[in-house]
Amino acid sequence: MSNDAVANAGDTASHQGAKRHGPPVKRLMAPAVLFLMVWMIVPLAMTVYYAFENYNLMMPTMRGFAGLGNFEILLTDGTFWAALGHTLTLVMACLAITVSLGLVLALLFNKTFLGRGVARTLAISPFFVMPVVTGLLFKNMLLHPVYGIVSWAMRTLGFEPIDWFAHYPMFSVILMISWEWTPFALLILLTGLQSLPEDQIEAVRLDGASRLQEFRHIVIPHLGQVLYVVVMLESIFFLTSFAEIYATTSGGPGTATTNLPYYIYQNAFFQYDIGLSSAAAIAAVILANIFAFFLIRFVAGNLNAGGQR
Amino acid sequence: MEQKSSLGLAVIGWLVAIVMFFPILWMVLTALKTEQSAFSMVPEFVFTPTLESFKTALSQNAGYWHYAFNSLFTSVMSTLIGLALAIPAAYAMAFYPSKRTDFTLVWMVSTKFIPAVGVLIPIFLVYKTLGLIDNNWGLIALFVGMNLPIMVWMVYSYFKDVPKDIVEAAEIDGASTLATMFRVILPLALPGLASTGLLALILAWNESFWSLTMADHNAATLAAFIASFKSAEGLFWAKMSAASVMTVAPIIVLGWFAQKQMVRGLTFGAVK
Repeated sequence: MSNDAVANAGDTASHQGAKRHGPPVKRLMAPAVLFLMVWMIVPLAMTVYYAFENYNLMMPTMRGFAGLGNFEILLTDGTFWAALGHTLTLVMACLAITVSLGLVLALLFNKTFLGRGVARTLAISPFFVMPVVTGLLFKNMLLHPVYGIVSWAMRTLGFEPIDWFAHYPMFSVILMISWEWTPFALLILLTGLQSLPEDQIEAVRLDGASRLQEFRHIVIPHLGQVLYVVVMLESIFFLTSFAEIYATTSGGPGTATTNLPYYIYQNAFFQYDIGLSSAAAIAAVILANIFAFFLIRFVAGNLNAGGQR
Repeated sequence: MEQKSSLGLAVIGWLVAIVMFFPILWMVLTALKTEQSAFSMVPEFVFTPTLESFKTALSQNAGYWHYAFNSLFTSVMSTLIGLALAIPAAYAMAFYPSKRTDFTLVWMVSTKFIPAVGVLIPIFLVYKTLGLIDNNWGLIALFVGMNLPIMVWMVYSYFKDVPKDIVEAAEIDGASTLATMFRVILPLALPGLASTGLLALILAWNESFWSLTMADHNAATLAAFIASFKSAEGLFWAKMSAASVMTVAPIIVLGWFAQKQMVRGLTFGAVK
């Protein structure tokens, strides 16, 4: 309503002034905004609604307001808490590995050496591999307990081969996701390193600062912002890991690798429990928002300070 | 001294590159083997390469083309529709900023942080009612929704690089908003638009969550095709690898060219 009023006011103004004023800003923006409304905001609102409903596709007659019923079931379901724990383990472990390894590799690839461009390109390639492919590649050709190349390497070195996905399922999932995402951290941190303030580095070098001092006082503060972005973005992607688990462990053995997305998927697609899985989805949204809150604040702050860098 | 240290660096750097790239290389090598030699306890590093597995994967029966077509169709269409929606919005925000521009931009990023599972259930139910399950257009719409915030931000940041005077000059000459956009600004921002499209294409092609939950067979993409090898337990490693290589290779090559744009797009312009 009020939008229309503003739009009309804008149109009127444009007719009064010269024709060149009064661009159709609203009409240019509307398609994108409406699209996001319909495909994101409306479904999200519906998820909230379902979370308070008794709604199981197998029992179509038993519908109605459930109050906090779904949340009570959820909070007393051991699998949900396990899934929440697995989700956090996955996020923390993958963050620790990808960010630290990514930082070391970014520092390495920031130096000049023979064939650096090609080496860097090879090193970041895992990021472009489709997650399902990663899953099957690791489960079969690399980590298969008998025929995988890792098992062969272990036998050759005199060790007993390990059935990674059966005995260390979470480790295996973390390994796969870290392999895919270390290149992402590397790429972004490297871009950050390459935009270091060269003049400042020159200046402290002239002042006789040691390499360590230079690193601590110039590189780390500058990289701090970039690190922040990497950590936040990666946590949001790690929180929603799905395809790697789908293609390998299917959440098992037992529920050993069932994370929140997989838990919701199972409850919706195999238990047909719309109410319960919606309640779990709300939990996932809240968790993602805790991380997103900080990132969005950062991005918005960056927007205002846009001209500076 | 300098020579020596850079040689050491080169060795470490290449070692890292080889370790990271090895799984992909191993997949390519497996794809070039026969099924018997692919599934062997002692891996064969030296062998006569054969394209047999590629032929099997491409044969009518295995249906690579069906899935490849769906992947190509959904990613290209979603990219084009995404650009058609993102360009006008970004144009309005970049050249006619208002008090609400910042809010709108941040709101768009925030929709990107609704996890897909958060909207999975209503979308599944609504799609079921509308017959959009296992439908190319249903997937395309989801890919557009997934990529639109990134695309608006990227196009916006490229438009911001275009001097505002150009728009003003064109308008003083009497060009309409649309004419200015199409004839003056879009050609100038073309490289940026191309990179935006490239990133959207890569993300849509690799998308796995919606492809695995919203499609069965008719609209199934390569992600579903590869996932169908899940239970094969060693029977078709060479064929699985060949199909995977054909799924991953085009995107890796595109990705090599899109490295810089990737950073800009995925960090919402926070890191350039």
